[in-house]
Amino acid sequence: MTRVPLVHLAHARSGDKGDTANVGLIAYDPAHYPLLVEAVTVEAVKAHFTGLVHGPVERFELPNLHALNFLLHGALGGGGTRSLMNDAQGKVFSTALLRMEIDVPDEVAAAVRGRGRVPAGWTPDRYGSP
Amino acid sequence: MRDLLRIASGQGFWGDDLDAPVRQVEGGPIDVLMLDYLAEVTMSIMQKQRARDPGAGYARDFVPLMSRIFPAVAERGIRVVTNAGGVNPRGCAEALVEAGREAGVAGRVRIGRVEGDDILERLPELIAAGHALENMETGEPLTSILDRVQSANVYIGAAPIVEALERGAHVIVTGRSTDTALTYGPMMHAFGWSPDDHDRLAAGVVAGHINECGAQSTGGNCLADWWTLPDMATVGFPIVEARPDGSFVVTKHPGTGGRVTRRTVTEQIVYEMGDPSTYITPDVVADFTTIRLDDDGPDRVKVTGVKGGPRTPFLKASIAYSDGWKATGTLTYAWPDAVAKARAADRVLRERMDRLGLVFDEVRTELVGWDSTHGPLAGEPPADLPEVQLRIGVRGPDRSAVERFTRELAPLILTGPPSVTGFAGGRPRVQEIMAYWPALIRREAVEPGLAVDVVEV
Repeated sequence: MTRVPLVHLAHARSGDKGDTANVGLIAYDPAHYPLLVEAVTVEAVKAHFTGLVHGPVERFELPNLHALNFLLHGALGGGGTRSLMNDAQGKVFSTALLRMEIDVPDEVAAAVRGRGRVPAGWTPDRYGSP
Repeated sequence: MRDLLRIASGQGFWGDDLDAPVRQVEGGPIDVLMLDYLAEVTMSIMQKQRARDPGAGYARDFVPLMSRIFPAVAERGIRVVTNAGGVNPRGCAEALVEAGREAGVAGRVRIGRVEGDDILERLPELIAAGHALENMETGEPLTSILDRVQSANVYIGAAPIVEALERGAHVIVTGRSTDTALTYGPMMHAFGWSPDDHDRLAAGVVAGHINECGAQSTGGNCLADWWTLPDMATVGFPIVEARPDGSFVVTKHPGTGGRVTRRTVTEQIVYEMGDPSTYITPDVVADFTTIRLDDDGPDRVKVTGVKGGPRTPFLKASIAYSDGWKATGTLTYAWPDAVAKARAADRVLRERMDRLGLVFDEVRTELVGWDSTHGPLAGEPPADLPEVQLRIGVRGPDRSAVERFTRELAPLILTGPPSVTGFAGGRPRVQEIMAYWPALIRREAVEPGLAVDVVEV
């Protein structure tokens, strides 16, 4: 097994409802969805967000979209216009989850290496090119 | 009965790309243009504008936009459905009639307006009748903050939109309609769906959710392979090609930028998602775990399989109330030891505020460029960080304390740690906090008061 950050296995988007941030975590490869279900548990996510999320964490499964949805309560400094946070609406909470590392089989780790990151040598004048 | 309805999204929030709706109208065939202008905070901003000017209180951008597309509405029969009415759908509709006459479409276009979602004036009466409007998160009754309420609107469903379409309206202006109803209302009307047809309504809700944030489903803000997304300067906004059986295709006009793939669509589906099996709307409870996505050619994703269940006895109220004051300011510190300087400045500032006796509910310090988005996950910054922006905010019930804070930042430039810049923007602005009070209300307390009016331009 090899430890791999989620950024290589999944993409994500987050939003807000009051003081709760949601993060939808979507496997790039449907075959890797069970790895997320197994490792990205409520307990693991709560531990990952220590000091950033102050309330409970809920998890919902969307196997049809090979996605997990997390509700992170007490994450936005009061939420809405009350929050003093730069990310008051939790817009980039998704990327904070993608820092989390999980154990995956070595062959999976090899297959996803570099996935989810801008390729070496890419420059903004190539925006829009694979 | 028609077999296809093309619903184009032209606006994902008040402040979105001003030209997107025009591109949707001119870029190819569409039947309906939906424009979502409202967010949780927007209603209270509009309520304040209306308090200053009784003619205001709606998304003002919408009227000049309509001046540009009225001819297409008149000639091609495109229907426009929007919640741009905010807290003043009547004022918005009146301005539209005038703009329509100036645009030369008199006698050819009918404007529909939907009122009755605004319960601000009715709150005492509703509370007296036993509607406690408890906060959904804390359980507190609304009476605890009633004197501070600034706006109160109920999220309403598609019925008034369907009625306005039946009565021949070309442009329909609502207040706090749900974002999704702007898309599935026209589907219900076009395909004759009954309010009991839960699966088809739920499919319409999914279509509405995909449409409601504009380009967020066609490549905008999409993380997956973002660097490969083509021509984002001319990004195409989503178009739902709906069928009577509830299936639909998400696409965009040919020749526009961005991309429609299962990935771009899935990112939007999970946006602001709660329990995906129970997506509650005024008209149906949709189960997002039943959505099936399939590729249907380039920039086309087919959506099928959506299931839904009956609506609940409640509607959700969106209430905003004044909850104190806040301000946030920034200063930029440069290498060497940028982080050490910023932290020292933060300490000096806090000590000065203590000595002044300023009391706040919260003082928050973030280092932009290091920890303002990932917090403790960022770890300790490297000693050689070239620069960092100190971002400090205060919040509290005392406006004068917040005001004094805004005057304490600039002095740090000459009286604090060195190598500081970036104060060109001037003193931070004191902002009134509009807190959000979500509550449920029985639908029979609101629905009889909903009113549709259709007038000729």
